[in-house]
Amino acid sequence: MTDLHPRHVDVDLTSAWDYAPAPEARGLANIRDSYGLFVDGEFVDPAEDGSLTTYDPSTGEALAEVAVAGPADVDRAVKAARKAQQGWMRLAPSERAKHLFRIARLVQDRSRELAVLESIDNGKPIRESRDHDIPLVAQHLFHHAGWADKLDHAGYGPNPTPLGVAGQVIPWNFPLLMLAWKVAPALACGNAVVIKPAETTPLTALAFAEICQQADLPPGLVNILTGAGESGAALVSHEGLDKVAFTGSTAVGRKITQNLAGTGRRITMELGGKAANVVYEDAAIDQAVEGIVTGIFFNQGHVCCAGSRLLVQESVAELVVDKLKDRLQTLRVGDPLDKNTDLGAINSPAQLERITELVERGVDAGAEAWTPDCALPEAGSWYRPTVMTNVQASNPVAREEVFGPVLSVLTFRTPDEAIEKANDTRYGLSAGVWTEKASRMLWTAERLQAGVVWANTFNRLDPTAAFGGVKESGFGREGGRHGLGAYLREGAVA
Amino acid sequence: MTDRIAVRRTPKLFVGGAFPRSESGRSYPVDASDGTYLAHAALASRKDARDAVQVARKAQPGWAGRTAYNRGQVLYRVAEILEGRAEQLADELDAATGGDGAAEVAATIDRLVWYAGWADKVSLVDATINPVAGSYLSWTTPGPTGVVVAFAPEQPALLGLVELVAAAVVTGNTVVAVTSHAHPLPAVSLAEVMATSDVPGGVVNLLTGDRDELVERLASHRDVNALDLAGFAGQDITPHEVAAAGAFARVVPPVPEIDWYATPSPRRMLALTEAKTVWHPVGT
Repeated sequence: MTDLHPRHVDVDLTSAWDYAPAPEARGLANIRDSYGLFVDGEFVDPAEDGSLTTYDPSTGEALAEVAVAGPADVDRAVKAARKAQQGWMRLAPSERAKHLFRIARLVQDRSRELAVLESIDNGKPIRESRDHDIPLVAQHLFHHAGWADKLDHAGYGPNPTPLGVAGQVIPWNFPLLMLAWKVAPALACGNAVVIKPAETTPLTALAFAEICQQADLPPGLVNILTGAGESGAALVSHEGLDKVAFTGSTAVGRKITQNLAGTGRRITMELGGKAANVVYEDAAIDQAVEGIVTGIFFNQGHVCCAGSRLLVQESVAELVVDKLKDRLQTLRVGDPLDKNTDLGAINSPAQLERITELVERGVDAGAEAWTPDCALPEAGSWYRPTVMTNVQASNPVAREEVFGPVLSVLTFRTPDEAIEKANDTRYGLSAGVWTEKASRMLWTAERLQAGVVWANTFNRLDPTAAFGGVKESGFGREGGRHGLGAYLREGAVA
Repeated sequence: MTDRIAVRRTPKLFVGGAFPRSESGRSYPVDASDGTYLAHAALASRKDARDAVQVARKAQPGWAGRTAYNRGQVLYRVAEILEGRAEQLADELDAATGGDGAAEVAATIDRLVWYAGWADKVSLVDATINPVAGSYLSWTTPGPTGVVVAFAPEQPALLGLVELVAAAVVTGNTVVAVTSHAHPLPAVSLAEVMATSDVPGGVVNLLTGDRDELVERLASHRDVNALDLAGFAGQDITPHEVAAAGAFARVVPPVPEIDWYATPSPRRMLALTEAKTVWHPVGT
C-alpha cells in the first residue's frame, strides 16, 4: 500500500502559501438599517412592536434590525397567500413559468450583491456564496420555472394540482439556497408560500422579497416573515396552511410533526444528519482527502449532510489521517469576505458554544482532538477545523450532530463492517464512498441507509437530483421529479 | 420632416454563425401578401446545404457537451432577445401573410421558453434505471442523435421554424433548417436573433431556398442523422424516406392537421434522441 501511496514530504506549507488579503467590497451588500415583514407584496410593520438584530458573525457587529412576526402577522400573511394562490393556480402554467424565469434571471443579475450579503450575514466564505450558494439558487429557480408548464410529465398523473398555501421554515446554514429550495417548487406547482428565514440570517430572504417586487410577481404569493423560534412555531401551527415544510434540527422537526398529527396537512421534513464518509483502501487517496475536507469543512461544517464521520479502512487509516492533517494546515480560516478564505465564521455565539461543548464531551469520552496551527480573528465567532481520533462508536461526537467543523475518525476492516458502522446512527441523510472499484461503490451505495450517497465526490447538490433523508433525518425530497411531489396532489382539486 | 430613404437589409443565409450569400449567387424575389415586392432572398444551393451540414457536424460535440442547464439558459436567452425584436418580427409576419403577426411572435417566444425548460428535464422524464434480473446497475438515457435537418412549414413561418429548431437543439443536436419558401424574411430576422443570443456558431443554421431542391441533397447526405419533414405535409415523402434509409437517418414525418399553436408533445424532441443503456456489476 505504501508503495502506491508515498508519504507526504514534510514541507511547511503554512508559511510558503501566504496570501495577500483579497477582500470583496462590503458596500455591495446594500444593507438597510431596518426591515419590515414582507406580506402581500409589501414591506409592512409587524402587528405588535418587536424586532431582533442580525449580526455579522465574523465581527459581532450589528447589521440591521428586522421585524419579529407574531400570530397576527402570520394570520395576515396566510390570508394574503390564500387569496393570491387562487389566482396563481388558475393562471396559464406557461405564464407561471415566465414569472419564475424572471426571478431566476434577477438572482443571476444581482448575484454578486447577494453573495456578499450572504457572506456578511451568515459568515460563510465569499468563495462559497459566490461559486456555490447563489449560482445554485438561480439554477434551482430556473429549473423549477421550466416545470411549471410540464407538470403533466412529472409522473403524478394528468393534471396534478397544487396543495394551496405552504408554511415553510428554513435554517441559517444556506439561507437563500434553502429559501429557493422551498419557494421554487411550491410556486412552480401553483402554490403560495409564507416562509420564515432563520433568526440569524434574514437578510438575503429580504433581498429576495425585493426581487419578487422587481419581477412583478403577483403580491401575496411569497410572504416572508422574519423572527425567531416563536415566529416559526406560530407559522407552522397556523390552521390555514395546507402544507408545512421544515428544514432544521431533528428535535424541532419531531415536535412540529407531532403537533400536526391528525390535521391531514402535508409535511416534509429535512432534518439532521451524521453522514458516514467511507474510504476503502483502494481509493485514490489524495482525491479522497480532498473529498473528506470538502465533506466536513465546507460551510464550516454547518451542513446537515456533512461527512462528519470518516470511516476509513484500517490499512490506510494512518496514511489518510496524516495526509488529512497536512492538508488542514493549508486551510485559511478568517474573513469571510476574503476571496482566499476556506473557512469562515461560526454563524452565532450560541452555535459556537454548542460545538465547543460537544467536542469537550467527546474528549471526556476518550477521543483526541487535533487542530492545525492557525491564528483566529479576535472578534466574532470562530472554531478551528478539528479532527477527532480514537473515537469509539459510542462517543457523543460520533453519535450527535455537531453542525460545525469537527470530523470524527473511525476505522473498519471489511466492507460489511463499513456498512454496519456507517448505518449505526439514527440519522440517514447522506453518505460518501471512496473506491476506484465501481462495483464496490455500487454495492456500498445500495446498502448505506441514506437518502443521498456521493461516490468519489461529496456535497454535490443540483435541482435535478432529489435530496432528502431516511430515518430520523426526515422525509420528503427536494429537487428532481421527486421534489415536485411535495407540492402537488394527483388529480383535480377536491 | 425630410423624406429619408430607408436602408434596407440584404437577406442572407445563416451558416456557422456567419451570414453568407448563397455561394451560387442565386436569389429569388419575395413578395408581401398584397403582392408588393419586399426583397430578394438567397436561394441556397446544394453546396450551401453541404457546407451547412459540415459546420453543424463540427459544432455538435461542443453543444452536446454543454450542461443541460446551460443549453436551457441559451434557449431562454434566444427568447429574451426575440422579445426585444417582437415588433419587427410581427411587422414582417404581417407583411408576409397578412395574418396576426403579433400573436405568432408571442407564441414563438413562449415556445422557446417551453423548450428552454425541457433542457434539464428530458432525462428526468425519459431516462430509466432498469430493474434487470441480476446484480447489475443498468440504466438507459437519451442523448442527441447528432445533426438534424429540418424542413419548416410554409406557415406559420416563424413559429413552425422555431418549433423544429428548438426541438432539435434542446437535447444537444445541431440543426440545418430550411425555412418557409414564400415567407423567408422572418427566418432571416430569427437568424439575427440567434447570432446575438449566445447560441454557438454552427448550432443553428438557416437556409432560405427551394425545399424540393435541397431535400434531394440533404435526405441522402451520409452525415445527416435525422430529418424532420414537417414542411412536406400533404406531400408524398416516400422518396425522402428512401433516400434517408441510405445512412439510416431517422425520419420525423409531418403530422397531418397539426395545430402549431397548441402546446406540443415532447414526442418531436424525443424522436431526435438516441437511447443508450449502460450496465455495471454490483459487488464487493
